[in-house]
Amino acid sequence: MTTATQPVPHLRDSLTMLRRNLLHARRYPSMTLQVALIPVFLLLLFVYVFGGALGTGIGHGGGRTAYLAYLVPGILLMTAGTGAVPTAVAVCTDMTEGIVARFRTMAISRPSILVGHVVGSVIQTMINLTLVIAVALAIGFRPNANPLEWLAAIGLLVLFVSGLTWLSVALGLLSKTPEGASNAPLPISFLLPFVSSTFVPVDSMPSGIRWFAEYQPFTTVIETLRGLLTGTEIGHNGWMAVAWSVAIAVLGFVWSLRLFDRDPR
Amino acid sequence: MNPTTPAPAIEATGLRKAYGDKLVLDGIDLHVPRGTVFALLGPNGAGKTTTVQILSTLIRADGGEARVAGHDVAAAAQTVRAAIGVTGQFSAVDNLITGEENMALMADLHHLPRPEGARVTAELLARFDLVEAAKKPASTYSGGMRRRLDIAMTLVGSPEVIFLDEPTTGLDPRSRHTMWQIIRDLVAGGVTVFLTTQYLEEADQLADRIAVLSGGRIVAEGTPDELKRLVPGGHVRLRFLDPAELARAAQVLDVGTRDDEALTLQVPGDGSVHTLRALFDILDGASITVDSLTVHTPDLDDVFFAVTGRPDHEKVQAR
Repeated sequence: MTTATQPVPHLRDSLTMLRRNLLHARRYPSMTLQVALIPVFLLLLFVYVFGGALGTGIGHGGGRTAYLAYLVPGILLMTAGTGAVPTAVAVCTDMTEGIVARFRTMAISRPSILVGHVVGSVIQTMINLTLVIAVALAIGFRPNANPLEWLAAIGLLVLFVSGLTWLSVALGLLSKTPEGASNAPLPISFLLPFVSSTFVPVDSMPSGIRWFAEYQPFTTVIETLRGLLTGTEIGHNGWMAVAWSVAIAVLGFVWSLRLFDRDPR
Repeated sequence: MNPTTPAPAIEATGLRKAYGDKLVLDGIDLHVPRGTVFALLGPNGAGKTTTVQILSTLIRADGGEARVAGHDVAAAAQTVRAAIGVTGQFSAVDNLITGEENMALMADLHHLPRPEGARVTAELLARFDLVEAAKKPASTYSGGMRRRLDIAMTLVGSPEVIFLDEPTTGLDPRSRHTMWQIIRDLVAGGVTVFLTTQYLEEADQLADRIAVLSGGRIVAEGTPDELKRLVPGGHVRLRFLDPAELARAAQVLDVGTRDDEALTLQVPGDGSVHTLRALFDILDGASITVDSLTVHTPDLDDVFFAVTGRPDHEKVQAR
């Protein structure tokens, strides 16, 4: 018998599980679509309702167009953050299904069940990000990035979204009910995107909040994207954004696998 | 696999499992030879599902050892998984995708080449009468269809040992008989079936050996006939038209339990022609008139109540 020593077919099984998740997403697109609409709504709201006043407030010559340029990177991160909710809910729901119990009793790669969710969610979020950028371009967003800067921006987004998604998977595994799973990612989907430089520069915040906002992961990624897309100063945010992304991904990955390895109940 | 002395399909000693303070399995021993059907019979909460979950590597035991298809479920879980198929109490199908997609998913996870996967899928869908429903989402299936799809998915990997956790719970009579036939066909094909059930008739119909599980312990084990012999429940019940006849019968027979209100006399006996004839000879000799006679042979209900010691009709549904 050589079965025990054969390499576990992680890649092949992960692709199978990804196909399963894409099939689910295609059949039941409602929740993922809703999630893409929230950032689009916020973009339009902040540009057209608050944009005039906020644009003046942030300086740089002010105005609605200037505020649009300032806002887009933050809205992109908000898109990444809201994607955490459907991921956590989908994972939590999936774990209660008999099919996952079946997977656990089959000689397949165990992480593949989670990898399928993660890759599927990352693809979905990247589609949502494309949608948000398209809307931003349509209402007058004019980035001055060269192809290399675009590539770096996309690369950073993929890295950060992967990290958030692994963390969401862990939160989904941790939650006992889908309702709980939809609340668990609240810090990722709501708190961190708001207490950051998404809507206003951190300089304008009181010192305690400002310190938190300046160094938390969302701000470092937003400032890096802002620099890559619109040419503002990146500074220490570049390496911090990458470090945060990798740290979150590693934490989410290790935590998810440990949670998944517990006996189901 | 060692070809000279094939290991039993399932062998377990002293399996223990507790959830918090609640002891679910309190030292279970099992021995299931290859190619046989073994039924674990017990009421809800007896620990049947937990036993299946441990043997199928879904959860870990707190104590004891178990080997399935010759491999330790704890130390060589992945090897055990390659040899088994599991159909759970709650259908292990993906409800969001179609029956055919469920089958394709299994074929892919068993790394069958595409043409072979398609062939196996088509074959199994036809065998389990699911061709018409193949393109519909599994969520639209009836209970019986979903259970058939469940078993079809289990068979994609050609497992040696199949675990069926309450395979007919919630099915209508027709679907239940279909399921029984499916199980008989599986065994005819050489696989070992380990099934759990709360239905005595089901265990009687299908199993070579039965273990009765109650409160986390196996309280009786044997073939259906051996178990029935455990209870001396066989008797002949004679009914009379008037108390005088009853009194005379009780006198000449000198055995049995007399019920003056019902005008019956219960005489121990297995109900064979030989014992009945002996009985009639005595009664005829004394010119006693018997109104009616019923023969009662023990069934698994008697066994169940005898060994678990609680005739709880809510939990045990004999059909």
